[in-house]
Amino acid sequence: MKIEKEILIKMYSDMVRIRAFEHKARDLFAAQKIPGFVHLYVGEEAIATGVISNLKPEDYIHSHHRGHGHLLVKGGDPNVMMAELFGKTDGYCKGKGGSMHIAAVDLGMLGANGIVGAGLTLAAGVGFALKYLKTDKVCICFFGDGSSNRGTFHEGLNMASTFKLPVVYVCENNQYGISNRQTTAMNITDISDRAGAYGIPGITVDGNDPVAVYEAAYEAIARARRGEGPSLIECKTWRHRGHFEGDPSTYKNPQEQAAWLDKDPIPQFAKKLLDLKYVDQKTLDSIKAKADQDIEAGVAFAEKSPYPEISELTTDVLA
Amino acid sequence: MSQKTYVEALREGMVLEMRKDPKVFLAGEDVGPFGGCFGQTQGMFAEFGPERVVDTPISETAILALGVGAASVGTRPIVELMFIDFLGVAMDELFNQAAKMRYMFGGKVLLPMVVRLPCGAGFSAAAQHSQCMEAWLAHIPGIKVVMPYTPADAKGMMIAAIRDNNPVVYIEHKALYGLVGEVPDGDYVAPIGKANVAREGNDLTLISWGAMVGKCLEAADALVKDKISAEVVDLRTISPLDKETILQSVKKCGRAVIVQEAVRTGGFAGEIAAVLAEEGFDYLNGPILRVTAPDTPVPFSPPLEAAYIPTVDKILAAVKSLY
Ligand SMILES: Cc1ncc(C[n+]2csc(CCOP(=O)(O)OP(=O)(O)O)c2C)c(N)n1
Ligand SMILES: [Mg+2]
Repeated sequence: MKIEKEILIKMYSDMVRIRAFEHKARDLFAAQKIPGFVHLYVGEEAIATGVISNLKPEDYIHSHHRGHGHLLVKGGDPNVMMAELFGKTDGYCKGKGGSMHIAAVDLGMLGANGIVGAGLTLAAGVGFALKYLKTDKVCICFFGDGSSNRGTFHEGLNMASTFKLPVVYVCENNQYGISNRQTTAMNITDISDRAGAYGIPGITVDGNDPVAVYEAAYEAIARARRGEGPSLIECKTWRHRGHFEGDPSTYKNPQEQAAWLDKDPIPQFAKKLLDLKYVDQKTLDSIKAKADQDIEAGVAFAEKSPYPEISELTTDVLA
Repeated sequence: MSQKTYVEALREGMVLEMRKDPKVFLAGEDVGPFGGCFGQTQGMFAEFGPERVVDTPISETAILALGVGAASVGTRPIVELMFIDFLGVAMDELFNQAAKMRYMFGGKVLLPMVVRLPCGAGFSAAAQHSQCMEAWLAHIPGIKVVMPYTPADAKGMMIAAIRDNNPVVYIEHKALYGLVGEVPDGDYVAPIGKANVAREGNDLTLISWGAMVGKCLEAADALVKDKISAEVVDLRTISPLDKETILQSVKKCGRAVIVQEAVRTGGFAGEIAAVLAEEGFDYLNGPILRVTAPDTPVPFSPPLEAAYIPTVDKILAAVKSLY
């Protein structure tokens, strides 16, 4: 499959933007500017990018606790995102949700989630409505390897496959659920093997290769739009940082960590684009500079934004 | 006696019982080499190994059911959900299975299990990682519910919970883990179902449980300069409720303010108020007041969260409105 040059360059820019956002969030958490739990997506950028680059603005995604990358590619404004992470009133959720609950319903981003595996069944509900309303929209459900051990995995995939719902299940297999290695939490190696239990396509791809992810998602999304039902895509990857900021990751093997850092999706993809002569180093540098500048502007915006009025405490409980 | 933190004390309770009774084991997410999300189980994997300190998949339904199933055939499990907020995922296993099995089977089964649930706000952990849900649990006949406040009780009630032949839900407030206090050495049991008068007074009773006991003690200190002598009752156990200690105190003082971190409507403070109204009406010189969180989810933003959690000032304002 041939992906247009412009799309590839946009994908690269998105990945660099996510990395810049996450590194900034890391520093701001360390500086105690960002409170609460912060789960970073560093190392996993190729997945959000590869999948969401296939979507139309009116399509939906369900995210999880590691959700900044998903929202950025779905069109999230770094200013508004950063304000949310700070708990400020100009954030996507007026500061009421924070990193773990960031959502932008207008952009089709139906929320990060603090309950692991909750999206697996919610996405089936979204898919049901998209079919019921006779649209050709789809819903992507991102979830982790650890989350796939929730009962919602079975209930969600069974219902979505039985009702042929337009959902694409994307497992971001970074091989850990907090400190627990994937292989100590399940008796199989490839989570995509479970697709067989639901009679749907299942595929495992290199989650550090945005092109491989793009191609797999392209197929699955087309199938969903045709009304043929869900698919399961497993993307093997590695989180570079701890489970949450502040986790020293003592459970990781340093050699393995180093080997995965060598497979960092961003320099790998840069090399591919250079080899294809789609970009030169100058373009890459300016992409990075632009990303850093946008994120820096986001921080300035967040700093300036006020905290919500105390009266906001009791609003939005009911419509 | 030794000085220990709350988290050390609750861990000591588990460790001592596990040394004594091979039927006791611990299961939950990241309780193994990682040592628990807040360090609660640090060192336990090294001492007891993977057979007795079991890292589970992220499967709360199965974790709680593992406890119920294993207890029903002769072991004494301790199971942990990482946050009380995840109870929704495992609620059937608790309220339809663990709580009803013995009754439904005509008393023919024992379910000696402990369910550990970290609760509470104060960390900007937002709406799904900060709740206090003891009132849900109080509404379930067939289980016991404890919520220790002092490090000594954290240990003593853990040991009592493990030895109890019923399902005991042990709620640990995250803000208490670092609290330091005197803890009795060796085997030490703090009884389930018995409240503790944490501070004696004559004019007014502050009734609370969990982390809010600390705020009531602070409020009682502050009231001294207003010449109000406040008694503080630490419930320690939500269910079964020690009515006698509450009623005795209110009989002596004549006024009562109930303080809970949980949201207001349907909260456990309402149950206490009902007990006082039904059985202590003649002792009361004024209305029973509640200090609670508002009826909202827990907000992320630090100033909103600070406004959500009941404060010493709010307790003082409630007390002063009675005079
Ligand atoms: C129902 C539920 N159980 C446990 C948790 C605590 N928790 C948060 S993230 C996480 C690990 C999730 O692992 P995975 O799904 O692989 O996602 P990753 O963090 O690796 O991206 C756990 C156990 C939770 N938030 N919700
Ligand atoms: Mg994972």
